[in-house]
Amino acid sequence: MMSRRAALAGTAAMVLALAAAPALGEELKLPRQQVNLVAPPFVHPHEQATRQPPRILEFKLVIEEKEIVIDEAGTKLQAMTFNGSIPGPLMVVHEGDYVEVTLVNPDTNSMPHNIDFHSATGALGGGELTLINPGEQVVLRWKATRPGVFVYHCAPGGPMIPWHVVSGMSGAVMVLPRDGLKDGAGKALKYDRVYYIGENDFYIPRDAKGNFKSYTSSGEGYTDMVDVMRKLTPTHVVFNGKVGALTGKNAMQAKVGENVLIVHSQANRDSRPHLIGGHGDYVWETGKFANRPETDLETWFIRGGSAGAALYKFLQPGIYAYVTHNLIEAVELGATAHFKVEGNWNDDLMKQVTPPEPVAPAKLGALLKPANAAHVR
Amino acid sequence: MLLALKLKAGLTAAVLAAPLAVSAIPSIDTSSDAVDRVGAFETVTLAPGPVAYRPAGDFSRAGQPANAPLRTMRLDRALTIMKRQVTAAEYQRCVDAGACPRLAGMSPRDDHPVVGVSWRDADAYAAWLSQETGERYRLPTDEEWAFAAGSRFKDEALPETDAVDPSRRWLARYEAESQRQKSVREPQPIGTFGVNEHGLVDVAGNVWEWTDSCFVRGTVEPAGDVRATLVNCGVRVVEGAHRTYITDFIRDARTGGCAVGTPPSNLGFRLVRDDDAWRPLRRFLAWAGRA
Repeated sequence: MMSRRAALAGTAAMVLALAAAPALGEELKLPRQQVNLVAPPFVHPHEQATRQPPRILEFKLVIEEKEIVIDEAGTKLQAMTFNGSIPGPLMVVHEGDYVEVTLVNPDTNSMPHNIDFHSATGALGGGELTLINPGEQVVLRWKATRPGVFVYHCAPGGPMIPWHVVSGMSGAVMVLPRDGLKDGAGKALKYDRVYYIGENDFYIPRDAKGNFKSYTSSGEGYTDMVDVMRKLTPTHVVFNGKVGALTGKNAMQAKVGENVLIVHSQANRDSRPHLIGGHGDYVWETGKFANRPETDLETWFIRGGSAGAALYKFLQPGIYAYVTHNLIEAVELGATAHFKVEGNWNDDLMKQVTPPEPVAPAKLGALLKPANAAHVR
Repeated sequence: MLLALKLKAGLTAAVLAAPLAVSAIPSIDTSSDAVDRVGAFETVTLAPGPVAYRPAGDFSRAGQPANAPLRTMRLDRALTIMKRQVTAAEYQRCVDAGACPRLAGMSPRDDHPVVGVSWRDADAYAAWLSQETGERYRLPTDEEWAFAAGSRFKDEALPETDAVDPSRRWLARYEAESQRQKSVREPQPIGTFGVNEHGLVDVAGNVWEWTDSCFVRGTVEPAGDVRATLVNCGVRVVEGAHRTYITDFIRDARTGGCAVGTPPSNLGFRLVRDDDAWRPLRRFLAWAGRA
């Protein structure tokens, strides 16, 4: 037997529910678009500026736990990945769009995972609403309110957070202004190519002889890895998941005269990108496009837990090394990528005036002696 | 005294035969009285002959990078060279004798080549081995290495490119290096990479070999002659699956990739032995010195 008051309350609740449903429905009436993600350093096709009204962009991220090789010596990591790649793919949307992510944790995995978007607002970046076990999936929608490049990463609670991140679970989102990128004076900036470089620090345990250990599962290596992590000294610092992943046959390509946007993310640790032989024409060091880009930079700083973007027009052909300019990390630990740039050489910008030759004392003397020495005295 | 020494040598040779038998080296040169101190080396002696050779170094023609000309040269003396690379166990004997620097993390296995050695280490080893045996051991010159490597010597001339655009040559070199098959890093047992037509084992496998040749900068004259303008013996020519130049104290040429190029996977060596008319006297003096 229901009291009148309870019945009223029930009716009210029902009315409320009825009222709420259409409101949600109206919100969903935005156009939808499915986006197929591609593995870094490449980025899915997208408009730089858009005239379209805000949309719901649908992405699918499948979490994959798997063994990967992270250097040329064959060192193995029991990795955790978004869509199988380290870093996870770059997702590009425009300010005001909605990002709707289906996060899948297949039952072939062994651990719960989630996702924290630095570009999203509330619920620990979505982490609180997306924790799923193997065999589950979840759909999260968030509104892209702030233009810029942002990190996303797995954050399944407590000590699992850093461990999942340094095992590979991070990526980035790029929220472009609807009218595209601009310089400090409001002039439009366009890129001919975009590359996404995700940097990772790995902490691989060693055996008594100093050789890297391998494990048959993530869990087996957990305790050992935490010991290495707590020393804060990575054994590997890499771009795109592996030493040499972006060199040789996999070097990034560009042509002289092309503007290349380089998005760089580091979910855990500071980094100092530097293009050897080039510059950053326009650099959003903190990665947020509502701020004026800095110009003509030599090295820029990526704070751990953030992404930045640099735009550069290549002016000379050749091989460029893109490194973190802690050169120990670049050379000894792996943080080096290459750009292979084709085009015509510009002697005005650089010329080898005389090739290497033996030091000629007579010549040197002539150079050091002012031509009008008598006048000087 | 002499009898005791012979007995000792015989015993050690028998002990040594066991581990060596499992490697690809079938027989041991037991003629040397030094077997017990330095191990048993097999050498091959190659008769004098021609070798197609492009001088090692950086060359320019009219101020632009150029390939040195490929020439047919002739080795005018027989070349006696170790059949295989010096093993970790052999190098360790030199370390134990206090004549070679100790290598970190090396396990002195007798069926694996010594790796992670610098030119200085290899040179110290050659000096020690010469002293112990009364022989004259040294690193091969680059020409000698090319001769002994035979069909395994790779001539890697780059395409001659546009003189006004230096980037063309860099890109061509990068392209060539990118195409190279990366070899396994881990040193493999002696014999893994097979035997060449001269009977040398593991030439151009995954252990590169130091040579005695210094880095040369030079010019290619209009007539095609090569003239050295600078010789830097702080950098030596290293040979293997490809030729490279490495500073003499470097033990591990691996890089993280900042320097553009493919480094050798491992650095090791084999020695040549100069056999001249004085050889019997040297051997006698060495023996007498120990006796």
